Amino acid sequence: MARLSAENRRKAEAIVAVYPERRSALIPLCHLAQGQDGYLTEEAMEDVAELCGVSPAEVRGTASFYDMLHTEPVGRYVIAVCTNIACMLAGAYEVLGHAEERLGIHSGQTTPDGLFTVEEAECLAGCDKAVCVQVNHRFFGPVDEEGFDRLVEDLAEGRLEGTVPPHGVLCRVERSVGLPAEEPAAGPAGGAPARRGGDS
Amino acid sequence: MSETTGTGELTVTINGKQVVAEPGELIIDVAERSGVYIPRFCYHPRMKPVGMCRMCLVEVSSPRGPSLQPACFVPVADGQEVNTDVDGARKAQEGVLEFLLLNHPLDCPVCDKGGECPLQDQAMSHGPGESRFIEEKRHWAKPIVLGPLTLLDRERCIQCARCTRFAEEIAGEPLIDFFSRGDAIEVATFPDRPFSSYFSGNTVQICPVGALTSAPYRFKSRPWDLEQVETTCTFCGVGCRIVAQSSAGKAVRFLGVDSDPVNHSWLCDRGRYGFEAIHATDRLREPMLRRDGELSPASWNEALREVGAGLRQGLSSQGPTSIGIIGGARLPNEDQYAWSKLARAVIGTDNVDAQLGDGLPAEFVASLPQATIDDACAAKAVILLAGDLHEELPVLHLRLRAAAAHHGLLLVDCSPVPTALSEVAVALAPARPGEAAALMAALVASDDEVPEVPGVSAAAVSAARTVLSGLTGEEIVVVVGRTSVAERPDSLAAAAAALAKGLPGVRFLPALRRANVRGAIDMGLAPGMLPGRVSLDGAREWFESQWGSLPSGRGLDTRAMLEAASAGTLRALVLLGADPLADFPDRELATRALERIPFLVALDTLPSASAQLADVVLPAAGFGERGGTTTNLEGRVTRLAQKVVPPGVARPDWVIAVEIAERLGVDLGFDHLEGIWEEIEQVAPAHRGATVSAVYGQPGDGVVVPVAAVGLPRLAPARLDPMATPGIDSVITQGAPMFAGAAAVGSGGVEESEVIEEGGAAPAELPTESVTPSGPPRPSPLAFDADSWPVPAPPVPDAYSFRLVTRRSLYDHGTLVQASPSLAPLAPSQELRVRPRELDKLGVADGDRVRVRSARGELVLPVAADEAVPAGVALIGLNLAPVDQPGATALLDSDEAAQPVRIETVEG
Repeated sequence: MARLSAENRRKAEAIVAVYPERRSALIPLCHLAQGQDGYLTEEAMEDVAELCGVSPAEVRGTASFYDMLHTEPVGRYVIAVCTNIACMLAGAYEVLGHAEERLGIHSGQTTPDGLFTVEEAECLAGCDKAVCVQVNHRFFGPVDEEGFDRLVEDLAEGRLEGTVPPHGVLCRVERSVGLPAEEPAAGPAGGAPARRGGDS
Repeated sequence: MSETTGTGELTVTINGKQVVAEPGELIIDVAERSGVYIPRFCYHPRMKPVGMCRMCLVEVSSPRGPSLQPACFVPVADGQEVNTDVDGARKAQEGVLEFLLLNHPLDCPVCDKGGECPLQDQAMSHGPGESRFIEEKRHWAKPIVLGPLTLLDRERCIQCARCTRFAEEIAGEPLIDFFSRGDAIEVATFPDRPFSSYFSGNTVQICPVGALTSAPYRFKSRPWDLEQVETTCTFCGVGCRIVAQSSAGKAVRFLGVDSDPVNHSWLCDRGRYGFEAIHATDRLREPMLRRDGELSPASWNEALREVGAGLRQGLSSQGPTSIGIIGGARLPNEDQYAWSKLARAVIGTDNVDAQLGDGLPAEFVASLPQATIDDACAAKAVILLAGDLHEELPVLHLRLRAAAAHHGLLLVDCSPVPTALSEVAVALAPARPGEAAALMAALVASDDEVPEVPGVSAAAVSAARTVLSGLTGEEIVVVVGRTSVAERPDSLAAAAAALAKGLPGVRFLPALRRANVRGAIDMGLAPGMLPGRVSLDGAREWFESQWGSLPSGRGLDTRAMLEAASAGTLRALVLLGADPLADFPDRELATRALERIPFLVALDTLPSASAQLADVVLPAAGFGERGGTTTNLEGRVTRLAQKVVPPGVARPDWVIAVEIAERLGVDLGFDHLEGIWEEIEQVAPAHRGATVSAVYGQPGDGVVVPVAAVGLPRLAPARLDPMATPGIDSVITQGAPMFAGAAAVGSGGVEESEVIEEGGAAPAELPTESVTPSGPPRPSPLAFDADSWPVPAPPVPDAYSFRLVTRRSLYDHGTLVQASPSLAPLAPSQELRVRPRELDKLGVADGDRVRVRSARGELVLPVAADEAVPAGVALIGLNLAPVDQPGATALLDSDEAAQPVRIETVEG
C-alpha cells in the first residue's frame, strides 16, 4: 500500500509527461497518492519526489500547505464543516459542535474505528447551501444537526457508496491531463450531493 | 550584491537624492549603495530575492501615486522616486515588525543571537517600540534536531526562508522546507532524512533570528564576550575567508566572510566547526624525546640539540642526500619558505616533498596556465577531471554548482566516477581510471579523426565533444585534481597536456585538496623545485646568488624517500605535519620505511600515528595560534591571523627551522614573519610584486601570484550588509579594520562612512627590474610544456579484476576531523561500491561482506550496489578506517597506473 502501485506509477508518469517542468506535477501526484492510501504515506511522498525531481522534504512541505492533502492518516470519510460567515450565520458552529459530540472526537481528530475525521473548514464556496459540509471533496447542504446525523448514518451504512468516493480522489487530476477517468463510481445519480461529485 | 559602476543608464531618486543605477538592479541595492539602509530579513545579497518578509516596504512613485513596494523585489526604473523614510513607509515597516514579533518569544536574554540579532537590531531601529499583543505567546517543544550539527527553535523563526532557500538554491540539497501554513508554519526535514548537508552551518550563520543554532557553538558564549580576527580557513585548498572568534582565550566560532573572488560568505561545516581541533585534549604541548623506547617530555633545548645531533650524524656519515623532509602543506607560506631554505641552503638536500603521493606533480602545478575560481565560474565551459569536489573542496563545489545551475556554465564531468557536480553537468564522460589522457585527446581531436576511447562509450565522448564544439581554448577552464590516489598522477598531467595541445589558450584550476599545498609547491617544498615556481636547475644561478650553495641534483619525492628509508639509504627523516602512515597511498611501504629509518623527527600539532614512531616530536603552533600567509589552489595569497595562544610551549614551524639551522651552525636570517615575506618577494620569481604591504598591509581578498599576470586585486573586500552575516559586525575586531568603509548599524541603520571604490587601492605598478648589474638575472617562473608529460602506458587489462577508484569523504578518520568532537562521529563507515550487475555476476548481494584483494594487501568490507559507478570500477572511500586499522591504502601500490583489485566472496 505504501509505495505507489504499479498502476498508479504508470498514471503518475503520464501526468508528469504532460507538464513542461516535472515539478509542476507535484500536486496532481499528491492527489493520486492520496487516492491510493487515503493520505500521503512517507513512502509515497518519496516516490512523488523522485517522479517530480524534487526532494521528499519539498513534497512534504508542499502537501502540508494544503488542507485537502493529508500527511497523517485520516478516516475513511473526511468531513469538513464550513464555518465561514454564511454558514456560521446559518448555524455552522452548532453543526460542528454536534458533529464533535456525535462522533466523540474533536475537530481534527479521527474516530477510533477509522471511519470519520472531522475538520473545520474555511469557505467551501457553497454559501447557497449553508451550512455546507464536504465529505471526501463532495458537497452536502444545507446540513443541520439532524441532517448531519442522517449523513453520518448513510456513510456508515454504505448508502452513499456510489456518491462519495473512498479517500479524497479528485477526478479532475486524471481528466484534465487526458487520462481515462476512473469508472463512473462517482456518478451524479444520488440526490444528496449539492454538486456533481466529479466537479470538485 | 551590486558593484559600484557609475555607468548606469537610469536615474532614480532615493530620499530626494539622485542616484545612477543600471537596469535590473534592485531598489534595496541601489539604496544601500547610496547610503540609505532599508531594513530587511529575507533578502540576502548572495541569494535570489523572494520578498517574503515584507520588512523592506518603501514608498515608490507610480502613475497612481506613491505605493508600498518591497525594495528587495522591485527593480529600479528611470525617473522612479523612492522614499524610505516617510510616514507611509515607516508605518508599513513598523507594522511588519509588530507582526513579526507577535509570535516571537522575546527571550533575547537567553538566546544565542541576542546582541547580534538582526531582529533585535531592527526592532530597535525600525520597529514601533511597543506591541499591542498582550496575549499568551505560543509554546512549542524545543529544540528540534534538524541535523547532526543544527538545531531549531521554532518559536523564534520569522519565516524568512533564508535557510530553506540556501539549502535549495545555493547548496542544491533541499533537505529542509517549510511545513504547514500560517502561524503553524515551521522549518522541517522529511522524517528520517536529517539536514546532514555539508553546508548546514551557513543556515545558522544567515539566520536573522536565533531560530537556528549550531551544536558546537550553542550556549558557548555571548556576542559581547567575543573577540575576532579575520583570517583564512586552512582545512582545504579553497582558502575561504573567515573570522575566527574566541571567548576567554578559546576559539568558539568561525563565520564566513564575504570574499567576492573566493567564498561568497559560505563555508563548509568542516571548516566552520573544525575549530574544535584547536583545543583538542591531545594537542602536543611540549617537545618529546624517545628515551629507552618511550617518548617522554623534554625541553626545547634538549629536543633541538637531539635534532641537531641526529642531522649532523646523517650528514657526516652519508652526506646531505641521506636526509629527507616530508610534508609541509599544513604550514603557512613563510614557514614553508624557511624549511625550503633550511633544506637546500643549510642541510644541502633536495629530498623535500610536501605531497604524500596524493597530489599532482609539482612542476605540473607550478607551470600550469592558471585560472582563478572566478575564471572557472565565468568560463563558457568547465571540464572537470578531479575527485568529488563536494567531498574535497566543498566551497569550490558550491561556486561551480552555482555557475552551472544558475548562470549557464557548461560542465563536462570526466571524473572516473560521477561526482556530486554530475547532477548539474551537461555531459558525463567518466574517464577509465589511469586512461584520462586518451579521453582528453578524443575530446579535442578534429571531427574526422575522433579515436575510440577504451572504457568510454562513443555516445558519451560525442556528447562531451558537442558541448565543447565551437568553443575556443580561452573560453574553457579545466579543473584538474587527483581523481583518485589509486591511479598515478602522471596520467592526469598527460591528460591536461593533451587538452593544452588541442585547445590553445585553455587555462587550468588545480583542485588541490591539502590546505596550503599550493603554497608548498610555490615555496619549493618539492624535489627539483625552488621558491617562486622555478626549477632547481633552471634557477640555480639566481638562488646560489641569494642563498649560497644548493644541492647538486634533483632529490627524492615522498615515495622515493620512503623506499630509500626502507632500503636503509636514508638516515634521517623530518615529518612536517605529515602522517605517511595514514595518508601515503601505500601503507605497507610507509610502515616499512618509518620502522626502518634510524632518525625520525616529527613536527606536528597532534600525535598522529607517524609522530608516535618518531625519535623527537616537536610541538607546532597550529591554525589560529600564529600569523602568516597561505596560498589557495588558485595561487591567491591571503593572511592568516592569530586569535589564541598555542598550547604549552608549542612554536611556529619557522621558528623551529631557525633554531635547527642554528644548531647546524647557520643563521637563516629570519626574525619575524614579515621579514620572511620580504625575502620571498625579493627572491621568489613568481612572487615579485606581491609586496609586504600588499600581502600584510590589511586583510582582504589577498593577492594572486604571479602578480604580473593578474595585477593587484582590490585590497578591501566588498562588504555585505550586516544583516547578511549577523555575528561579524557586532563583534570586537582586533587588528586592522576588516573592511574599508566598515560601518556600524546605529539606530538609523547603516552609515556608510566611505563607499568602497571599485578596485580598492589603485593597482600598484610592478617595480622595474632592479637587479644589480653584476648578479645573475632573475629567472622567470616555469612555463607549461605540454610535451614534457608523456602519456603513461595504459594499465594491463585483466578480465577478472576491477579498477579501484578511491574517493575522499569530507568527514574521515584524518587527525583534524577526529580531533573535532562534533565532526568525528560523522565519518561514514568504509564500504565498496560497484554496479549492481557486477554484484550479480559475483554472486553477492547489496550489503554482503566481500574480500577485496590486490597484490599489496586485502581488506574485508561490506559492498554496496551503486548504479552510478561505471562498469569494471570499484569505488572505495579513503581514510575511513580508524588509524590503527587498515583502510583503502592497504590495497594500493603507488606504482600502478590504475590499481587492479579482485573481489571475492567471504565464507560464512
